[in-house]
Amino acid sequence: MATANATTQDLTAKTFRRRLEDFWRYVKRNPSLGVGLGLFLSLFLFVAIGYATYEVERYRPLSGGPDLAPFEKDSYNPVTRANGYILGTDRQGRDVMAVMIAGIPLTLQIGLIAGLIGITVGTILAFMAAYYGGWIDQVISTIVDVGLTIPGILILIVIAVNLQSGLSVPQMGLAVSAVAWVWPARTIRAQVLVMREQLYVEIARLSGTSGFSIMFKEMLPNLAPYIGASLVGSVASAILASVGLEALGLGPFDSPTLGMTIYWNIQFSSILHGMWWWFGPPILVLAMIFVGLFLMTAGLDEWSNPRLRKRV
Amino acid sequence: MAIKNIISIIITNYVFRRFLFFLLIIWIASTAIFLIPRLSGQDPVKEKLLLEAQRGGHMQAGLEEMAASYSAKFGLDKPLIVQYGNYMKDLVRFDFGPSIAYFPKSVNSLIGDSVVWTFGLLSVCTFLAFFIGTIAGALLGWPKSPNFLQYVFMPILTLAAIPYYLLALVLIYIFAFNLDWFPLFGGYAVAQLPEWSFSFIGQVIHHAILPASSIVLASLGFWALGMRGMMVTNQGEDFMIAAEAKGLRSIRLFFNYAVRNAILPQTTALALSLGTVFTGSVLVEVIFRYPGLGNTLYQAIKLNDFFVIRGMIFIVIVTLGLATFIIDVTYPLLDPRVSYKKGG
Repeated sequence: MATANATTQDLTAKTFRRRLEDFWRYVKRNPSLGVGLGLFLSLFLFVAIGYATYEVERYRPLSGGPDLAPFEKDSYNPVTRANGYILGTDRQGRDVMAVMIAGIPLTLQIGLIAGLIGITVGTILAFMAAYYGGWIDQVISTIVDVGLTIPGILILIVIAVNLQSGLSVPQMGLAVSAVAWVWPARTIRAQVLVMREQLYVEIARLSGTSGFSIMFKEMLPNLAPYIGASLVGSVASAILASVGLEALGLGPFDSPTLGMTIYWNIQFSSILHGMWWWFGPPILVLAMIFVGLFLMTAGLDEWSNPRLRKRV
Repeated sequence: MAIKNIISIIITNYVFRRFLFFLLIIWIASTAIFLIPRLSGQDPVKEKLLLEAQRGGHMQAGLEEMAASYSAKFGLDKPLIVQYGNYMKDLVRFDFGPSIAYFPKSVNSLIGDSVVWTFGLLSVCTFLAFFIGTIAGALLGWPKSPNFLQYVFMPILTLAAIPYYLLALVLIYIFAFNLDWFPLFGGYAVAQLPEWSFSFIGQVIHHAILPASSIVLASLGFWALGMRGMMVTNQGEDFMIAAEAKGLRSIRLFFNYAVRNAILPQTTALALSLGTVFTGSVLVEVIFRYPGLGNTLYQAIKLNDFFVIRGMIFIVIVTLGLATFIIDVTYPLLDPRVSYKKGG
């Protein structure tokens, strides 16, 4: 009994290792996916180690003295904080290091909420439009075309201005999702249109399968890689929109998200005071997030859409 | 019968359908702007008035007058559909009412003061980014171009992922704060009044270089990536092989065959990119305190000046819709494969 268990464990460990090796080999052929994943992995590690070892609660205002450079003595807490803070503090006494550790997951959370809702709604609309065609397609496609012409952030500004009284982080994600479905709806519709003509769909239709189950049991699993790849792109644009709104002063004021950190930087002109430790970290982290998502989208695109593999 | 024919020609007419689409954009956008505040159950205008009344600040004098004209104008006691009709009537006449924060200045005059700055900055930036990016992309997607180009342009391409304002913050810190080559903020020197003189124009250019470079650098990659993709796709096409077989010179192949065909989708992308360029530049203007629309919008958001926000968003959407319409209508002139007729 024990030996049998051990061998199955051995086997799973082996297949797991083989899978990992396969994955590693693929990543080597697809460097943009690798670099993008690497950037995200380092951010996750930073947050995990930060939560395990750092006093993240210090992201709150008045945690320390204002305007302290890194390792500058905190005259408010001279006994406990003679060596100051790794990344100093901002104008309102937030510990910038703690703000970064707490802010990265919050910003990603907003992007993930909006991206998931956007992809779900977009996929449903795309399937309805492409599968049923006719006037349903006409109406959905026209609305999507209008939505593509109107910059989403302008509509988001109107929404956020009217919701101003205390947005929370999940509400921020919900607000951004109001415009996040447009682009997925457009691109997934194009994919469904191609797929609808394929033989297995035709056969399913001839054998009397209902439209609903053709769409969600036959076609959806085949499109899953493509939808997964678009999810990354949609999370990226949701984060872009949310950080933009926050930097304009339309975000969750009580939360230390990266966008709000940019807002406080603009508000207190940290650059004119040369406080590089305050504006540098959020810029660096946001650049890592955006470049990481961008490279991952490019990499996943190649993975899910083999026709692109011709030439890099 | 003749009338029926004319009607069917008009309806199937490409230009006419694009124009209907343009009207649809404006209608949907303005309806959304009307409905969203009602759905939220809050009235930012009333709230702002109350807030200012409590504070008893600098606007006390105009307050009564304004509240009266406000409720008379919008008839807030009237049913929603009547309010909607009145709102649409105002929009058609481009009457957005007075600014709340700068009463009695009208929204139109506030927008008029700043539109020139944004228009100037963005048209130059879009042109430069399109031009440089397209050339870079064409060279990157051309198998015979030298290898070092890959290493020069690749880092710039990744900048496409970064929002303009992050680049603006970095540039302002390096070139304005540390090196002091360019001014830190503004559209012209602080004590200067706008005038038509060479020294003033020089100042304007000097002030515009940093904001413009952050927009151009961050949007280059978009054009380069699109162009490179199209160049690569064209590589295997029959017309390229035929042209090469004819023994045409490489430079002629590049410009007259590869670039000529790859550049067409770029012009369509131009229509879609205008919105991105405008919204992306809003925070760049805020960071440089550039006297354009973006900064006015930011101030309006800070002061909760809802009429200004609404008017500006409406005007921007009309402008973008119009630009899209013009590009859509001129596109068939550039690409004879797209015909004006339906189904083309």
